[in-house]
Amino acid sequence: MTLLTANGLHVSLGGRPVLNDPSFHVGEGEFVGLIGPNGAGKSTLLRAVLGLIEACGDIAISGQDATSMSARERARRIAYLPQEREIGWPVSVEMVVSLGRAPHRPAFAGLDAADRVRIEEAMRRMELQEFRHRVSTELSGGEKARVLIARALAQDAPLLLADEPTAGLDPSHQISLMRLFAELAGEGRGVVASLHDLSLAARWCTRLILLDKGAIVADGPPADVLTRERMRSVYGVEAYLGEAEGGLLVVPLDTAAATAVSEGE
Amino acid sequence: MSEIARYRLLLALLAAATLALFVLSLTVGPAAIAFADSMAALFGGEDAGPLALIMQEIRLPRAILGLMVGATLGLSGAVLQGYLRNPLAEPALLGVSATASLGAVIAIYTGFAAVFPLGLPLAALAGGAIAVVVVQAMAGARGGALTIILAGVAVSSFAAAMTSLALNLSPNPFAALEIMFWMLGSLADRSMTHVWLAAPFMVVGWAMLASIGRSLDTLTLGRDAAASMGVDLRRVQSLAVFGTAASVGAATAVAGAIGFVGLVVPHLLRPLVGARPSRLLPASALGGACVLLAADILVRLIAPGRDLKLGVLTAIVGAPFFLWLVYRTRRNLL
Repeated sequence: MTLLTANGLHVSLGGRPVLNDPSFHVGEGEFVGLIGPNGAGKSTLLRAVLGLIEACGDIAISGQDATSMSARERARRIAYLPQEREIGWPVSVEMVVSLGRAPHRPAFAGLDAADRVRIEEAMRRMELQEFRHRVSTELSGGEKARVLIARALAQDAPLLLADEPTAGLDPSHQISLMRLFAELAGEGRGVVASLHDLSLAARWCTRLILLDKGAIVADGPPADVLTRERMRSVYGVEAYLGEAEGGLLVVPLDTAAATAVSEGE
Repeated sequence: MSEIARYRLLLALLAAATLALFVLSLTVGPAAIAFADSMAALFGGEDAGPLALIMQEIRLPRAILGLMVGATLGLSGAVLQGYLRNPLAEPALLGVSATASLGAVIAIYTGFAAVFPLGLPLAALAGGAIAVVVVQAMAGARGGALTIILAGVAVSSFAAAMTSLALNLSPNPFAALEIMFWMLGSLADRSMTHVWLAAPFMVVGWAMLASIGRSLDTLTLGRDAAASMGVDLRRVQSLAVFGTAASVGAATAVAGAIGFVGLVVPHLLRPLVGARPSRLLPASALGGACVLLAADILVRLIAPGRDLKLGVLTAIVGAPFFLWLVYRTRRNLL
């Protein structure tokens, strides 16, 4: 089933078009890497899908028109991990994770047994059991990121949108996170993550969407999307593309302009 | 002890303290009345004599107003800090207190307050209503926390300027003195009429503020995350702004502007509720009631007969206390 369909999205911020007609869909079992240079519109695309900014175009969530959905309904279908890792008050790790259950609870009801199971499961997956009573604002950046990811997991939505979830994580936690997202996709969920580490994206994602100047330049399996020409035309870098341990390897070597200058000499 | 048990114990202790201070407030006053006599007079009938009059018409409204105003300041302070995610937010931030004061000042200045007994609180309520309409209109449906803070600062400054103008042009020194004294904030010489006037606005305001506790929890993770978890930010903003306006406007109308309670009490109680905004709301409402009742008892004990103003005492005690609080928690604030 299609979890998300976006058709002809248009977003302008301050009179400047940021999203220029991207159309795509995300199905069950897909782990989509959203890649593209800074300012390409990756975050804006995710925010537009969630209705956090006004966008023209059609968005359907699980086949249902997004405009006809309440915020709570949408929250039960899409979990979102913002780029900013904001925790406003010194609350416990467990409390942050339990916030993920908010869209599932009636207005004044407490957590029930099913909620607790989801919260425990999310904490186990992010290896947070020993952290449960720690004050979340006193954790390191990487630990905080794991707490917030666990919060999104506790939301237990069929689709997860994550904005640069690997930023600030060490290699081991980056890989654990990509493996987790791949596992979620394996369970039949959909994951869309904006990523800057192209090798990581190529190795773990089932599909990549390359965004440039608000439009989709390429959409397909990693090996088809990541080519030397696109690295030059979209990212403006000369890159080494190779293969290692059964996965694609993308190593940017130099900016394309610098290479052109040196070649011209 | 589990987190929830600790929280319930805290609420129980705060409720007990509030009740004790409420009763104590009833027994303090210039007329020396024995405790048993005062309680008997309080519940006595029409023919219970002057004692009953003092208890029912002077001390009871004062204690009830202390309870309600304190709860309003504590609750709205906790809500605004939670909604704006700014530890410096306080009930006066929206400009409601300043414009309600201005309304009262205009009522005193024009003599409206003198010819019509409820003129002053009604004018203050109208002033508060104007502030909230301006702030909400400027912030807009999608306006963020910063817009609300800036709009509130602008409205407060303008109201303060107009108040200064009224003092400047005051026809005689007595009017200026009356304005100054009113602005200091006090619960002395209030009647049950004041209680009945303020109570509906406060109760409606409390209900609005209490209803967004859950959303404030979610807002801990920022506006985008909260919205993605199903929080309707427009609704939360409207409830926070109008709830504060109704309750704080009514509090200012009957008691004047009383500072620092709404700022300090949430800070004081936050560590005791695990910093969870929804749990801070009831705790802070009770804590605010405790502090205000205690302060109102103190002004009567420290300087009986000198009419020490409540707002002066809360500021004198509150400001250094807040400074100490900032010093102690400065690591967490940054």
